[in-house]
This record gives sequence, structure tokens and C-alpha cells, in this order.
Amino acid sequence: MKQLYTWGAIAAIVLASTIGDVLLSRAMKQVGDVGELWRSHGLLAVVGRTLHNVNFVLGILAMTVAFYSLLIGLSWGDVSLVAPASASLTFVATAVAAKIFLHERVDPHRWMAALLVAAGVALLAA
Amino acid sequence: MTFRKYLVLAAVTVFGATGDSLLSRGMKDAGNISIHQLPDLVLTILDPWILAGILFLLGFFAAYMTALSWADLTYVLPATSLGYVLLALIAKFLLHEQVTTTRWLGIILISIGVGFVTRGPALTHDPPVRQMESNDTEPVSTGAER
Repeated sequence: MKQLYTWGAIAAIVLASTIGDVLLSRAMKQVGDVGELWRSHGLLAVVGRTLHNVNFVLGILAMTVAFYSLLIGLSWGDVSLVAPASASLTFVATAVAAKIFLHERVDPHRWMAALLVAAGVALLAA
Repeated sequence: MTFRKYLVLAAVTVFGATGDSLLSRGMKDAGNISIHQLPDLVLTILDPWILAGILFLLGFFAAYMTALSWADLTYVLPATSLGYVLLALIAKFLLHEQVTTTRWLGIILISIGVGFVTRGPALTHDPPVRQMESNDTEPVSTGAER
């Protein structure tokens, strides 16, 4: 039963951090190239534009949910299972979500990269 | 991809790994914190290691957001996963943790993955902002022509 809870927490972490990453990525594309914006309008404009972006605020909210899910997950399961399992599954989930929601062109190279990194992260904890 | 942009990706990698290591070092000082002593968690910020870790992670977040402003999510995430490798090296040489053969194998897999993605383009779709701006300017220019 405890194992079921642990995997439930891992699923919650993966879901929340994938949603968070997609929202933050969309937010920063709407804000625009930070380097260019900084040079033309100043740092304050960059910070203001970012903090006023709805997707950015929602993304931070999702990241907060992911963080607390991690804390809860760590209270049920081993850190050596929860941390790498959620990190490595998030890599794959993000690749799928970025293709669907951000319309990124995820070519075979990127799929390979996501899978290799996910496998590598899983091995780091073994 | 300019040299400056590679520097931002390097900053994401280095700041993230360094920040996590500093937090880990600091929390070893703080000891085990139980759920009943949550106020103690707030006081850990007084630990210089923790404070430095938080500053580094703020730097990480700023660099991460900057990278996402001009690169795909599926580019930034694998490209900056070298941080896991850096973290393992810090753990071995500075925190004196044991790094097993399996972990080195994991490090090699991550490095190959990073090589795969950084050879390709950083951005594969038009940023929504530019699309919006071009939509905004079009009616104005056609109006001027008429």
C-alpha cells in the first residue's frame, strides 16, 4: 500500500513539473529574447514583463505543487527511488508535452537525447 | 547559437549543480528535520551554506528562464543535464560520496544524450510573440497603403 502511495506521489511530481516546465517555456517565449529585451528596455522591464505573464505565474504554481509532492513522496519512499524516478520520467513526459502543446519539432535526435538522459538519471540512483 | 547563449546554458548547468551541492552540505549541518519542527526549517536559512545554495539556485532560475526565452524546452532540458554529471563529480571529490560503476555508466549515457541534442537547432518553432507582433503591424501597414 505504501508503495502505491509512493508511485502516486511520483506520478504527481512528474505531472506537475511537466505542466510547470511547459507553462514556463511558453511564458518566456511570450516575454521574448531576454538578452535583447534587457539591452533595449533594461532589466526592470524584463523582470516586470515576466512577473506579469499569466503563464509564468501558473508555471511557478505548478512547480510549487511539484516541490510539495516531492516532499510528501520523500516521506513515503526512499530518496534513491523517488528523486531519480521522477526526474527521469519527467524528461520523457516533457518531450511528449513539448511536442503536443508547444509544437516543438521533436526529431529522432531529441527523442534519443531525452531517452538517454532519462536512462542515465535512473542509473545514477542505482 | 552565439557564444553568449552557450554561456547562459553553462550558467544553468553550473549554478544548478553548485546550488544543490551547497544545500546538501548545509542540510548535513542542520541534521534530520522532523515534520513537527517546521519552524527549524526557516532557521536553516541562517546557515551560510544554505544561504549560498539559495543564491546559486536563484541564479540558476534566472539563467534557465533566459535560456527558455530563446530555445526549445526539449533543447534546454537535455543540454543542461550535464549538471547531473557535475553534481556526481562534486559529490565524489568535495563531499566524499561513493560514485559506483553504475553511476559512471549513467553519467556516460547523459553525456551522449547531451551530444545528441546540442548538434541540432535550438529553436524549431516561431515564438508566439513574433507572430503576435507581425499580426499587429499588418493591419496598420495595409491601412496606410489605402
